[in-house]
Amino acid sequence: MAFATFWFIVTTVLWTGFFVLEGFDLGVGMLHAVVARDEAGRRAAINTIGPLWDGNEVWLIVAAAAMFAAFPPWYATTFSGFYAVMVLLLAGLIVRGVSFEFRNKVDSVRWRRTWDTLLTVGSLLVPLLVGFTLGGLLHGVPIDQQHEYTGNVGDLFSGYAVFAGITLVLLCLLHGATFMTLKTTGTLERRSATLARRIAPVTALAVLAFLPWTHATAGKGVLPSVVELIAVIAVIAAAWLVVGRSEGWAFFATTIAIATTIVSMFTDLYPRLMVSSTSHAFNLTVQNSASGDYALKVMTVIAAVFLPLVLLYQGWTYHVFRRRVSAEEFTGPRSD
Amino acid sequence: MELALAHETLARWQFGVTTVYHFLFVPLTISLSAITAVMHTAWVRTGKELYFHATKFWGKLFLINIAMGIVTGIVQEFQFGMNWSTYSRFVGDVFGAPLAMEALAAFFLESVFIGLWIFGWGRLPKRLHCACIWIVAVGTLLSGYFILAANSWMQHPVGYKINPATNRAEMTDVWHVLTQNTTLVQVFHTFSAAYLTGAAFVVGVASVHLWRAARITRAGGTLDERRRRQVAVMRPSLRLGLVLATVAGLLVAVSGDRLGKVMFRQQPMKMAAAEALWDTTDSAPFSVFAVGNVNRGRNDVELSIPGLLSFLAYDNFTEAVPGINNIAAAEAAQFGGEPDHYIPNIFVAFWGFRLMIGFGMTSFVAGLFGLWTTRRKLWLDPEFRTGDDETPRLMLTRRHELKPWFTKWSWRLGAWTLAFPVIGNSFGWIFTEMGRQPWVVYGVLQTRAAVSPTVSQGEVITSLVVYTLLYGVLAVVELKLLFKYGGAGPDVDERPPGREPTLRGGPDGEGAAADQDKALVFAY
Repeated sequence: MAFATFWFIVTTVLWTGFFVLEGFDLGVGMLHAVVARDEAGRRAAINTIGPLWDGNEVWLIVAAAAMFAAFPPWYATTFSGFYAVMVLLLAGLIVRGVSFEFRNKVDSVRWRRTWDTLLTVGSLLVPLLVGFTLGGLLHGVPIDQQHEYTGNVGDLFSGYAVFAGITLVLLCLLHGATFMTLKTTGTLERRSATLARRIAPVTALAVLAFLPWTHATAGKGVLPSVVELIAVIAVIAAAWLVVGRSEGWAFFATTIAIATTIVSMFTDLYPRLMVSSTSHAFNLTVQNSASGDYALKVMTVIAAVFLPLVLLYQGWTYHVFRRRVSAEEFTGPRSD
Repeated sequence: MELALAHETLARWQFGVTTVYHFLFVPLTISLSAITAVMHTAWVRTGKELYFHATKFWGKLFLINIAMGIVTGIVQEFQFGMNWSTYSRFVGDVFGAPLAMEALAAFFLESVFIGLWIFGWGRLPKRLHCACIWIVAVGTLLSGYFILAANSWMQHPVGYKINPATNRAEMTDVWHVLTQNTTLVQVFHTFSAAYLTGAAFVVGVASVHLWRAARITRAGGTLDERRRRQVAVMRPSLRLGLVLATVAGLLVAVSGDRLGKVMFRQQPMKMAAAEALWDTTDSAPFSVFAVGNVNRGRNDVELSIPGLLSFLAYDNFTEAVPGINNIAAAEAAQFGGEPDHYIPNIFVAFWGFRLMIGFGMTSFVAGLFGLWTTRRKLWLDPEFRTGDDETPRLMLTRRHELKPWFTKWSWRLGAWTLAFPVIGNSFGWIFTEMGRQPWVVYGVLQTRAAVSPTVSQGEVITSLVVYTLLYGVLAVVELKLLFKYGGAGPDVDERPPGREPTLRGGPDGEGAAADQDKALVFAY
């Protein structure tokens, strides 16, 4: 049981890591064509995340794999129940992933516009659909005694789940805009800052509505939790800091805001993994879904060895590529 | 929408389409990362610019490939839960662990260091930069190892018990799962095949360029400076490809033999199906060609070599090899139902097995033949030797060059061999997976019982159509890019990064000046 709770925490950490890191990649993906109207600017925007996005996306893979290995029924019911959502999500991940590699490989405006559009749409779909799914876990969907999803596509929809998707899209947009402000120079930096200022109030309002809704949906009483309070403070601070033009602190605030929002969703979910709207007796819980103690022990050892190592070398890449990127670097002939 | 199809059929088609497609890229990724790493090392050690161009050229083709490998790999991870939820519920405890290990130990390594390699030109110190591509190459192997351990568990489940309370498989011995002989020989076989695939790819692309150059000189033309330097890049590439094809091809054969022997003991039905051996036979013959009749349980036409199958299975020419009908009867007695239910698709197994061997070994033979005919000095008259920037002559003996017609077709075979191992890999996996049917976990869980019970046929059909279309479009794009960049050849005008960068010195530090020199840094 202790191991099962530990793996719930690990899964939470992995999803949080995904949104903190890939969150700004997704934001940059959605905004790259908005923040820059010309080719040089777009390339500069994409290159701020160029060396990083691939490693960041692995957090999603690991999060899903952790669900599979530590809580097989959670993985099985979520992925088969949210079938249509997963099909779209995968399509988004695929077109987004290849557009980085492909967009600059043919020197034609139409070719690049096509991949720009796919990158934008793919980057929008990912947080929207992951948010929708995580929201659905908490809100509840029809699940029977055998833990099988019994509804159809329509039964996945709830106001809360849709709003969870929208909130995460907004958080990623703000996170991406503050990231670009921090990583670019000149016009691009100014335009990113302007975008961040426009997005920030909307995001803050969405989060301020989303957190109480999450708290109420989870039925966790009247008093907000510490994490929720931090999320509220962080998102207000972010909105204030982007106006105040302190780029580094603004990015720090959006990081905390996105992290605590995800952690809030998971702490409110605990000890359930997936709520059944049919009957609470059919909920998937940490207790009834965890793998055997032996498997969890093995995985704990693996995670204890590799996660710190990953943090170390992934952190090092951020150090190597800490320099700002400027659009002027892309005005010359293409290097490939 | 309900069709007169078993739910299982659609789910299997989807798994087949997405997995075969994914595995077109995986072996190339494994081997091209290593080949690029070898070229990069050669550049770092010798400082010769041709190795820099070789690194950039093969590296670019590698990157176009790995992008596809990564995105189609995510589908693999998700679809166990989407289409095979009962399977996932039942085996997650054992099967999920290697998957999670793969993600933690291998995917991070590959993805982070590939970013460092792509963007590290002129920014990382040379040796460190070179180490990055080696780490990527090791990451691809680690990833392959874990996923093959997971697959081997489906072929031959070990190290688990069924928990009667939850009716789920639970892991009892992770070491056994990771190091059982099925895993080890399957890893050996798959990795050697992967290196054969990359070797054939390099041989194919290099053959195209070298033969193009040879045609120009043969027609009386002269090569311009740019083309001569491209030839100088392609010659050592061809050499590396041929050596690797020969060594890897040999290992594919050796490991294939080992894997066959393991499978004869663990899944006799699969191997009997591979041979269309209907009845248990002493001194069983190896079938070269056969047309079977499933309904009557025997072959109508057959051409075979006596005793060879017994030897392949058990290292002696006389031991009896169990036949399809006998094994099916035994499984029906053990697990219930009709014997026919336990017979996999014999046509697919039989021909898949032969096409796998045929295509794989053709590349091996091509490698051996190329290695001999393009030799530089060994048993070769000095007047036939060619310079570093000339297409090698294909020499059969000391003074005997291949006739022009044979030369032309040798280079063409070299170009075509590019596709052979890719085809062989696909048939190999189709054989392995379809030969295990009706089981998804051999002897433990049947495929028809493994599907997601509540996912509708309409949903599976929709996703099957979506993936097939999306993958089809991406295949066109991928081929277009491979032809474009492969056909263009190495960009020999590109200059290697000049000064040695240091890790210290940030945007404002002393390295700031070097940071301005960034022509090579951006890949996107």
